[in-house]
Amino acid sequence: MTLDVRGIRADFPILGTTAHGRPLVFLDSAASAQKPRAVLEAMQRFYETSYANVHRGVYELSERATAAFEGVRAKTARFLGAAEPREIVFVRGTTEAINLVAHGVARSRLGPGDEVLITELEHHSNIVPWQMACDERGARLRVVGIDERGELRLAELDKLLGPRTKLLALAHVSNALGTVNPVREIVRLAHERGVPVLLDGAQAVPHQRVDVRELGCDFYAFSSHKLFGPSGVGVLYGRAEALEALPPYQGGGDMIASVSFEKTTYQGIPYKFEAGTPDIAGVVGLGAAIDYVSAIGLDRVAAHERELLRQASEALASVPGLRLIGTAREKAAVVSFVMDGVHPHDVGTVLDQQGIAVRTGHHCAQPVMARYGVPATVRASFALYNDASDVEALVRGLAEVRKVFA
Amino acid sequence: MSDLRELYQSVILDHNKAPRNFRRPAAANRTAQGNNPLCGDQLGVFLVVEDGVVKDAAFEGSGCAISTASASLMTESVKGRRLEEVEKLFDGFQRLVTSDATAPAEDAGLGKLAVFGGVREFPVRVKCATLPWHTLRAALAGGRQTATTE
Repeated sequence: MTLDVRGIRADFPILGTTAHGRPLVFLDSAASAQKPRAVLEAMQRFYETSYANVHRGVYELSERATAAFEGVRAKTARFLGAAEPREIVFVRGTTEAINLVAHGVARSRLGPGDEVLITELEHHSNIVPWQMACDERGARLRVVGIDERGELRLAELDKLLGPRTKLLALAHVSNALGTVNPVREIVRLAHERGVPVLLDGAQAVPHQRVDVRELGCDFYAFSSHKLFGPSGVGVLYGRAEALEALPPYQGGGDMIASVSFEKTTYQGIPYKFEAGTPDIAGVVGLGAAIDYVSAIGLDRVAAHERELLRQASEALASVPGLRLIGTAREKAAVVSFVMDGVHPHDVGTVLDQQGIAVRTGHHCAQPVMARYGVPATVRASFALYNDASDVEALVRGLAEVRKVFA
Repeated sequence: MSDLRELYQSVILDHNKAPRNFRRPAAANRTAQGNNPLCGDQLGVFLVVEDGVVKDAAFEGSGCAISTASASLMTESVKGRRLEEVEKLFDGFQRLVTSDATAPAEDAGLGKLAVFGGVREFPVRVKCATLPWHTLRAALAGGRQTATTE
């Protein structure tokens, strides 16, 4: 059942390169993951043999491009356990997916005094769109807190789900802390009060099997680039009725049924949300990425990463003066930490000189940083191509940091 | 690791560990806040300016070793200087940390500030070194302003 990490690494050309003359140790997949050859080749092949605009031409090439594009929609629906392909909307990324829903909710069902509920551990992209929507409509943004471990306070969530709550939006997995939220239970709680739920799945989809119908959520968003696919493509899943209830997002070509200066009628879902020519080859690349991770098996990936998290947490606990930020009982393979007397930015520079790529900063989650009273953290995040040698390199790198800042 | 020693020179490490003029003078008549949204560095610069001379300079805040040491050394080097001299130091410092990495670090009367010559080799860290200086300039430009690196 164990992963053939050596074989997997060989699929990713960039992992054979060096940084500052050292073999690259890539521990920043939570920001963006690297791409396997299968994805790169699928996009190249598509451009060379099947490229044309979609949903337009009557000629063979356009039909082939459309079939490839729509084929990925069906594949994505199966990948997420959606009921039908039309529940999959292609967007630019998780950020756009959330903005699309926030925009639609603001226009269709948010009024003065209404509330949108989010949590303290959200990425800025699951905070700011709701803030904008609430500001526009005179509605109120409410926030569920987290405890010292970085776990959501469920009793507080329960209390904040009120009669004015129009939507609950939260991360499936926290990007800054790695916390895996009990989203199934949370969706059940929200639905008992008739509150629809959007899950930000950007940090979940690359690391575990996700089934949207099992979770019961109304919306689920993720990005291709974190799933080893190209950047610039993302997915919004929405239950058919939930999507139908939203007004269109952008206006333009492809999203209309007919246009006159007097009146325009829109297409049905998902097309009414897909104005303009999409990133066609990017979607094809996403399809190849889904095939890639599906062939390996996300359950096996999850087991592999659980073991890596255990090793990393244990190894980092032995580094003097290091404090882990985020110690939830259910965690993804993300370790966020600070070191006594050394700013995260300096840690990052010293590690970089050793070929080790980590993220330093606030991880687009400033409220989380404020919660822990730190301006920033160092974050090492693991993916299916990392193994114990990467954990060892990180620990050796941190010893070097101590030497420089002795 | 030789590049790292160039960046983290002992003077810089010393000023990071024990920043000079790390306080908020009650008599400050020129102040500004600076922040680097990328890494969360934040600092306040406090100046006492009289008759075109910086009588006192201090700072507070939190940041990485480069920005902390830069702020510390900056307050030391501008204290007692005329405003025109401060402006010259600002220009000289900008050139020092941003000029072509192959050119020799010019001294330009920068004195101790020359220890930041190594920053040139680390383009993503240039903003850490210049944030205190931009904040100082914002303070001198008058009023209570916020400087950012973006």
